Amino acid sequence: MNIRNQLAANDGRRRLKNQIMCAFLFLAAIVAIAPLVSVFVYVVQRGYQAMSWDFFTQLPAAVGSSGGGMANAITGTMVLVALASLIGVPVGICGGLYLSEFGANSKIASTLRFGVDILASVPSIIVGLFAYAVVVMPMKRPSALAGGFALAILMIPTVARTSEALLKLVPVHIREAGLALGIPRWKVIIFIVLRGSMGAIITGIMLGIARAAGETAPLLLTAAGSQHWSHGLDQPIASLPVQIYTFAISPYDEWQKQAWAGAFVLVLFVFVLNIGTRLIIKRPTIAKD
Amino acid sequence: MAQTSIILQTKRVNAYFGKVHAIQDVSLEFRSNTVTAMIGPSGCGKSTFIRTLNRMHEEVPGARVEGEVLLDGSNIYQPGVDPVSIRRRIGMVFQKANPFPSLSIFDNVAAGLKLAGFQRRTVLQEVVERSLRQAALWDEVKDKLKAPGTSLSGGQQQRLCIARALAVSPPVLLMDEPTSALDPISTAKIEELVMELKNEVTIVIVTHNMQQAARISDHTAFFLMGEMVECDLTSRIFTKPRDSRTENYITGRFG
Ligand SMILES: Nc1ncnc2c1ncn2[C@@H]1O[C@H](COP(=O)(O)OP(=O)(O)OP(=O)(O)O)[C@@H](O)[C@H]1O
Ligand SMILES: [Mg+2]
Repeated sequence: MNIRNQLAANDGRRRLKNQIMCAFLFLAAIVAIAPLVSVFVYVVQRGYQAMSWDFFTQLPAAVGSSGGGMANAITGTMVLVALASLIGVPVGICGGLYLSEFGANSKIASTLRFGVDILASVPSIIVGLFAYAVVVMPMKRPSALAGGFALAILMIPTVARTSEALLKLVPVHIREAGLALGIPRWKVIIFIVLRGSMGAIITGIMLGIARAAGETAPLLLTAAGSQHWSHGLDQPIASLPVQIYTFAISPYDEWQKQAWAGAFVLVLFVFVLNIGTRLIIKRPTIAKD
Repeated sequence: MAQTSIILQTKRVNAYFGKVHAIQDVSLEFRSNTVTAMIGPSGCGKSTFIRTLNRMHEEVPGARVEGEVLLDGSNIYQPGVDPVSIRRRIGMVFQKANPFPSLSIFDNVAAGLKLAGFQRRTVLQEVVERSLRQAALWDEVKDKLKAPGTSLSGGQQQRLCIARALAVSPPVLLMDEPTSALDPISTAKIEELVMELKNEVTIVIVTHNMQQAARISDHTAFFLMGEMVECDLTSRIFTKPRDSRTENYITGRFG
């Protein structure tokens, strides 16, 4: 039997195998995604029931009385995220720029890269402890600043590594075009390379923010929590995750309901952030090579 | 043809990629307002050589240059010379069109000036139009100057890159196989352009296309395995070259 006939004879079996494998992979994908979908559905269901206008405008209610909201925690999370971005985004982008453009293959850069990777996998409670030691202890109290600092440290690796990866995607011939035009290297990097990948880098920033917004452990140590409006950046501040945590472990029915509503808002926030980023960046700004 | 002055000259230029010795002892002269073609088989070092002329070779990690390149009599490799100032005077067009992807057509052409500090809108507009006209692209893009540079066709992108290089008015323009990816019409346009530009710019052009070299160049240099075998008037290189290797290459016996 020649090879052509042999291959033709195998065709049916091959097709069957192919179909079985496809079905199997599809199942695996379902199993992977099922918990995510069910958590989402559950949070939305429970949270939606507890949702009210008051939730966004009122301070938490005292034990026993019903109603109240998490207005202070929502604004608190926004303040913390803003503080974290203020530090984390510039440091992250500059770090990414250094790693991809200046350090490139140097010893320092690979050491730094390794450090950033380690930082990305450090449990967030450790980062919280660090912020506790360097900010909370000297200031003698938990504060929004300390919380923002801790979240910034958590954001930096994501932002730095995404920026580095995206900058590296910009082909060498684009950089060379700039250099050959007599444009100084730093201007080529800022106005051509960075500008071209900015859209995509924003995705990295958004992912960093989304991660920071949901962190609880470091905030327990650094920003503590509060049932009131914030009195200043050097004072403890409420945040959604901490508020959810506090209310969820309480024995009170009303508080637990509020915790679900908080979870709903937090999930929504992360969700909107993701979708929003995707809409802003309709298409990759780095052109086809 | 009357002899013009020497604007660019190399003296025993050697170029390395790490340990690879890609260019060996090349000494050449380029006269003002002439077109010099670089020909030779693939991998013989044409691109490497022209990249030593505007200090782009050193941008490759591990790459290094020895010897002298004199621009208007002064060595561009002298310690203390800023490569940026050299590249402003020696423009380059690459084999593959490489417009800046994030910039509009207008900004692509204006980039060299803008990033060198020219901000006056009227000046920029004037320069952009003049450069696009020189590159024979103006009529095709004048109504969509705000569109991204990458939205143009390959041939248009290459002419955009030429306009971009011309916008900073370099006295010397290096072109590395500028038409190798283009259709015959775009190619003809660029060849025409090269012959027109000669009045203002000294051009060094790498090409694999022998007819192209014969059509547009005044001088031709033949490269082989990192060496410059001979350089002469184009008419002589293509009719009675001195070196038998040149003759073999031109008549298609190898390469
Ligand atoms: N980045 C690099 N690292 C190491 N060696 C290189 C590098 N670039 C080119 N070379 C080597 O240098 C030599 C000359 O290459 P070059 O690109 O200058 O040839 P070329 O004449 O332009 O060829 P082509 O006509 O195919 O463009 C080749 O042998 C090539 O292998
Ligand atoms: Mg080449």
